[in-house]
Amino acid sequence: MTEILKIDGLSFKYPDSPRKAVSDFDLEIPEGEIVALAGPSGCGKSTLLRTVNGLIPHMYSGDYSGDVLVAGTSVKGSSMRDLAQNVGFLFQNPENQIFMFSVERDVAFGLENLGVPRAEMRKRVDEAIDLLGISSLAQRAPHELSDGQKQRVALAGVLAMRPRLVILDEPMSLLDPKTASELVELVEKLRKELGTTFVVVEHRLDLLVKHADRLVVMSSGRKVIEGSPREVLFGDEAESYGVSVPAVTKVQRMLADDGAVPRDRLMSPPELATAVRGALR
Amino acid sequence: MIRFDDVTFVHQNGVRALDGVTLEVRAGETVAIVGENGAGKTTLVKHVTGLLKPASGRVLVDGADTKSSSTAQLSRKVGVAFQNPDHQLFSETVEEEMSFALKNFGFSPDLVANRVSWGLELFGLEEYRKSSPLVLSGGEKKRLTLACILAWDPQVVILDEPTVGQDSIQKEKLAGTIRMLRSTGKTVVVVSHDIEFLWPIQPRVVVMKGGKVVGDGPASEVMQDRELLESARVAQPQLVEFHHWLGRGPERPFVDPLEARRWVEGGMRP
Repeated sequence: MTEILKIDGLSFKYPDSPRKAVSDFDLEIPEGEIVALAGPSGCGKSTLLRTVNGLIPHMYSGDYSGDVLVAGTSVKGSSMRDLAQNVGFLFQNPENQIFMFSVERDVAFGLENLGVPRAEMRKRVDEAIDLLGISSLAQRAPHELSDGQKQRVALAGVLAMRPRLVILDEPMSLLDPKTASELVELVEKLRKELGTTFVVVEHRLDLLVKHADRLVVMSSGRKVIEGSPREVLFGDEAESYGVSVPAVTKVQRMLADDGAVPRDRLMSPPELATAVRGALR
Repeated sequence: MIRFDDVTFVHQNGVRALDGVTLEVRAGETVAIVGENGAGKTTLVKHVTGLLKPASGRVLVDGADTKSSSTAQLSRKVGVAFQNPDHQLFSETVEEEMSFALKNFGFSPDLVANRVSWGLELFGLEEYRKSSPLVLSGGEKKRLTLACILAWDPQVVILDEPTVGQDSIQKEKLAGTIRMLRSTGKTVVVVSHDIEFLWPIQPRVVVMKGGKVVGDGPASEVMQDRELLESARVAQPQLVEFHHWLGRGPERPFVDPLEARRWVEGGMRP
């Protein structure tokens, strides 16, 4: 499979900082994966994301070594304009990226900036709006929407650009659990239908583990753990780096150590209950 | 300590954010307020601090009507860490940020220095003492606002979405802080989507929906009411869901994973 993102021996240090924000970082993500990125606050996650969407080195200066390749092309050598077409970025707070008078205008904003022809723009905006199920909101003003709706509008704007890689920075932190779980289902749907690759920065893994192919944990600028969610969450290191292990996974882990339930997959609460009932029979 | 009598509040855009809320929080209680985005949780909190005044009904804090109390009087009693810490950080350095309210309340310089050091230590912010609050990460800013409030020792502590941007180690510490506040008799109100964080604390849980209180009781009762949670779009804690699907588990759901393990092991012994 081709890699949509390849980070090769990357280090970056901000000019006034005594230590590197990202240090000797390697990562390869095949196209179509959902990758969760976790780690304590201040571990370098935001800096890493900036090296992928090009804000580093194009907007922030500093000591940069190694390379970041998006769809085979070095970020260093790409213009922000080219990058914007390959990498979509959804900020933590959707209010930072929606600001037009109507939802439709907001979704079209990025395309307008790229000078996409009108007919093509219409098509892509309609498609994105349809994909996110927000057609009933198209003529509304973004500021009247709920947080979950705003998030969808911002994501529609990102998707209208048809990026191959989408980065979501703590997208669930402001959402109630039901809305957050709808967002995760949506990410899975877009991966299936469009083959889009997603990198999701998130502390709350309970909703994400079911769909993520891979979990990467960062600490002090370095990659400290990488593996499938099952490998990482059943391991004993994740928690020491501040990764939230879902409560039901903690129970499964302990019971699996006792040999009472299997450890070949991560179980949901009803699945674990079924396994336990079987063991108790 | 806090009393809402049939409180209604309508936003300028006509949205009825609170719709006949009657609620009493006794001194020393730990109360969690849950509900979907837009249910009225933050509006409720703003009424306790007097930032918003009810359109009808009344809000009493320690017996005083918020309509006739000044924000200064209320803030001595009620400390709030808002959802967005950027709305309440404004000093040049972290140290000054922490001293600001203490100086305003007229604490002696010695006491101010002690409290500042205590708060920075407790929330792991000592290394940023001389830094600008603006260089802190989102999670660190939230901890700073909380440190500032605890330093002036209000009777009521309100935390609006305190776990946003916090990793599991910080969340553990935060839960520990809430337990500490509870044990010292403080009244604590936590507004949070983070059901997994709230569950082990076992607070009284108030469920809001469309500006109304639709559920109220001990966590172990409210969190088992699947119909109520479903209608208010509140998730059930994983351990409660696990207990539900077990069918013939113990009467009360497991509060922590160890308790669940002990129960299963007990059942497996011959």
